[in-house]
Amino acid sequence: MAGVRVLVGTRKGAFVLTSDEARRDWKIDGPHFGGWEIYHLKGSPVDPDRIWASQSGDWFGQVIQRSTDGGQTWDAVGNDFSYEGEAGTHQHYDGTLKPWVFKRVWHLEPSLTDAGTVFAGVEDAALFKTTDGGTTWAELAGLRLHGSGPQWQPGAGGLCLHTILLHPTDEQRIFTAISAAGAFRTDDGGASWLPINKGLLSGEIPQQEAEVGHCVHKLAMHPSRPDTLFMQKHWDVMRTDDAGGSWREISGNLPTDFGFAIDVHAHEPETVYVVPITSDYLHVAHEGKLRVYRSRSGGDDWEPLTKGLPQANCYVNVLRDAMAVDRLDDGGIYFGTTGGAVYCSPDGGDSWEAIVHDLPAVLSVEVQTL
Amino acid sequence: MTRVVLPYHLRSLAKVDGEVTVEGTTTAQVLDALEAGYPTLRGTMRDPASGQRRAFVRFFACQEDISHAGLDEPLPPAVVDGSEPFLVVGAMSGG
Repeated sequence: MAGVRVLVGTRKGAFVLTSDEARRDWKIDGPHFGGWEIYHLKGSPVDPDRIWASQSGDWFGQVIQRSTDGGQTWDAVGNDFSYEGEAGTHQHYDGTLKPWVFKRVWHLEPSLTDAGTVFAGVEDAALFKTTDGGTTWAELAGLRLHGSGPQWQPGAGGLCLHTILLHPTDEQRIFTAISAAGAFRTDDGGASWLPINKGLLSGEIPQQEAEVGHCVHKLAMHPSRPDTLFMQKHWDVMRTDDAGGSWREISGNLPTDFGFAIDVHAHEPETVYVVPITSDYLHVAHEGKLRVYRSRSGGDDWEPLTKGLPQANCYVNVLRDAMAVDRLDDGGIYFGTTGGAVYCSPDGGDSWEAIVHDLPAVLSVEVQTL
Repeated sequence: MTRVVLPYHLRSLAKVDGEVTVEGTTTAQVLDALEAGYPTLRGTMRDPASGQRRAFVRFFACQEDISHAGLDEPLPPAVVDGSEPFLVVGAMSGG
């Protein structure tokens, strides 16, 4: 029977939510790794029962967990994320130089073709890869060392590589995004990298059109159109149709274009979702209303989706990895809040229902369509 | 035989209950033995590259904080002979 498995990372553990395809009755399993920050979990497209989790904390550092039974049991695998060669320096918040120091894994992206291969985006920003099921991790150092690294600076959450998009058919092409450096693309499997930030304008840096320094919050891609990317930047929602060669703003009629999460409908490559957040100083839902905005035209024209979402006195945030879509016929969409709720819309955003209300603050949401 | 008391999170990671016992006469030897016997603890108490104690981890023995003593300093005889435990402690930092 078809169904979904929602993988939720929170400030205090991981939760696995499962339902049949109706997505009305849910089984909630967890917390796994109680007390630890779970920045991200994601399942392998090759073997859905193989799930990866990034488990971290200030006390005891970084652990990577792997499940081979759909999240019922877990085993810790390798957690040595050593930078290749001399780590060097990047800019600190105050513009001084600060040594690169590994802090945590923000995002895990399993390979589309090999169950033993996973990419990891880390703080301080770098991209790592395992090809042995997580036993060892090696840095794809061409990104950190391509030349602009000393100009990268941390966003509010740290200098983090938070987005990894794998091209659906060309294994050599990967997109990444870093706060606050920008978006980057490799066409040779990670050996060399190109900043792809032309068209971005950021008032928080001295040169608004600089090659790097932009606080890109998240990228999204529909696999049928891998040259088109959608971006939620610090401010501004953007799109490119030439694999990052140039970007144009599609914020249109959004009430505010600050935000973190962005995603694309599973079957409609021009249907895009964002959650407008008030501003960079007020990281809460705009006007106390939790609203997802949907564009069915690839941007510019947006409609609020509110049915089933709190429309008064709601002051939560939706973080960058906390939105996901399923691949069932009617295109479900999910997001989690810093208030601990996880919402599901089984009808593409028209109506919403909370799967669960009171988890710890949600850091990430991923969905597996089983 | 040194008795080691691990904090909750590390007991969970190592999948053990209560104390564990290892051979070691210095902090470095105790940590080496812990990481050898329980590989999931690698990197949780000290940085895997530099070997430096993690900032939020403390080591206590015989009611003394020995976190800042050299890793190769001899442990108190009472810890080495197992009459007193070696404590790995998460710093009191809230949360």
